[in-house]
Amino acid sequence: MTFSLPLLKPGPEDARPAWEEEPTRLGKSAKAVVLTVVCAVMILPFLTVLSTSLASREQITAAGGFVLFPTDPTFEAYTTILSGGLVTRAVLVSIGITVVGTTLSLLTTIGLAYALSKRGVPGSKPILLMVLFTLLFAPGMIPMYVLVKELGLRDSYWSLILPGLVNAFNLVVMRAFFMNIPEELYQAARIDGAGDWRILTRIVIPLSKGVIAVVGLFYAVTYWNAFFNAMLYLDDSGKWPIQVVLRSYVVQGKAITGDQLGVTHMAPAQSISMAVVMLALLPILLLFPFLQKYFSKGVLTGAIKG
Amino acid sequence: MLALMAPGLLFFVVFFYVPMLGNIVAFEDYQPFIGFKDSALVGLANFQELFVDPAFWESVRNTLSFAALQLIFFFPAPLALALLLNSLVSSRVKKFVQSVVYLPHFISWVLVVALFQQVLGGAGLISNFLRDHGLSALDVMTDPSTFPLLITSQVIWKDVGWGMIIYLAALANVDQSLYESAAVDGAGRWRRMWHVTLPAVRGVTIMLLVLRLGDVLSVGFEQFLLQRDAVGARAAEVLDTYVYYHGVVYGDWGVGAAAGLVKGIVGALMIWGANKIAHAFGEQGVYSK
Repeated sequence: MTFSLPLLKPGPEDARPAWEEEPTRLGKSAKAVVLTVVCAVMILPFLTVLSTSLASREQITAAGGFVLFPTDPTFEAYTTILSGGLVTRAVLVSIGITVVGTTLSLLTTIGLAYALSKRGVPGSKPILLMVLFTLLFAPGMIPMYVLVKELGLRDSYWSLILPGLVNAFNLVVMRAFFMNIPEELYQAARIDGAGDWRILTRIVIPLSKGVIAVVGLFYAVTYWNAFFNAMLYLDDSGKWPIQVVLRSYVVQGKAITGDQLGVTHMAPAQSISMAVVMLALLPILLLFPFLQKYFSKGVLTGAIKG
Repeated sequence: MLALMAPGLLFFVVFFYVPMLGNIVAFEDYQPFIGFKDSALVGLANFQELFVDPAFWESVRNTLSFAALQLIFFFPAPLALALLLNSLVSSRVKKFVQSVVYLPHFISWVLVVALFQQVLGGAGLISNFLRDHGLSALDVMTDPSTFPLLITSQVIWKDVGWGMIIYLAALANVDQSLYESAAVDGAGRWRRMWHVTLPAVRGVTIMLLVLRLGDVLSVGFEQFLLQRDAVGARAAEVLDTYVYYHGVVYGDWGVGAAAGLVKGIVGALMIWGANKIAHAFGEQGVYSK
């Protein structure tokens, strides 16, 4: 199920093969222009946001709102929003949800995937069908809302974790990986007297670090990015995660006051908005090299292909 | 073993099969303070109300037209970019471009909308630049008539790189000697693309196309929810936002649930049908036979 992307490895394919004709000058320049434009369009928004979040008050006023290169970078906007108050709390909530949620999701997914990957576990076939059916039909927003309300989870952080605890697709990917572990390893462990728990912790998990990392990263990104659950289930704005704060104060443009941020002296509003955007983005940027590493290993490609 | 699988199993029962039964709300005059057990059953009244609601049909029309736009403009984009990258010789350039175009896939829709606003909005980067040069500002973020284009370009911006991965994998699996023999036989670069490269991605393209057709009722919920205020419901209401606004916001729970149920059932049938078609083409689909 895994195959790699040779494109990502520097190697002999860097030389044009002898039989291939040299591209025309027009073709070459057209490609260069298209790729440059594509990359610029992808990067420019990030660059503007980063620069504006670091720009000084004078530069923002002079530029009329946006800055492409901060001439006199300052972290004032970040110290303002991180000095306690609304944004700081939202970041902490998001970090907490992401860490706790990812841990619970991984444990639950690994447990069920392991059970479903073994032959001869009673009921595993109907359970697998039950899981696969969830890929076909979604129960719908209103019944989910009613359920969360009747379980008393409204305004609880659990409403941001439990309704999406296991993703059927991640489960199927992990199960497929577990099934590729050679049967002999299990038999050898059984002969040595190991039970399911020992087999799982000593053999299966150490052999599956790659797929566990991928699935874990996917869960983490999903928890960090989650926005609608919080909007639907949390009335108390004091519990809002960063994405909801971002929506209210940047997308909808409500003004953040110094009071809400717990400061008396504020950085320019525009820098503050852009610093909030950067904070929501930062964990994704930090995880991105790892996410990419697994593309290049081909784990994800195999997973996507199913 | 039971202890290992119990939490996962419990999750699927409680957060999937129970709410599935909870669709009974669609047949009730649901009152939140009474609860779904004691709310009165009203038969198909919610569905009757739904099917005569012009706003519902408008949301269906919007959903289908956004899906059509995505099919025409978004669907071919990853393949085109993959072909372009595949034709490059320098692996460093390929690697760089890949890193850049993958990134937006992982950021949330809130961030995507915020970023678009900062660049294209009325107070954004480009508007500022235009104003400084005596031109009028852009209002693409709030203009209902250009909203379909905005939505489609956001989808392309976010996911063109992600969609490209599967094509790159298919292209990387092409036997390089096929190109060499074709070149020796006198095939130029376009004929090689037509006879070697495109057949290699034909299978995966058909599969993705069929899957997209099966999922045509889902065009992205958060993207529309986040921008509905700016352009108005007539331009931005899709099936999912209809369910949210009519059910949760306006408190018409039964009608919202009915709309959700209709979408769920039609969607499941379409995915099932799409898989049948994929199998007929000899492709795998989401699930195999």
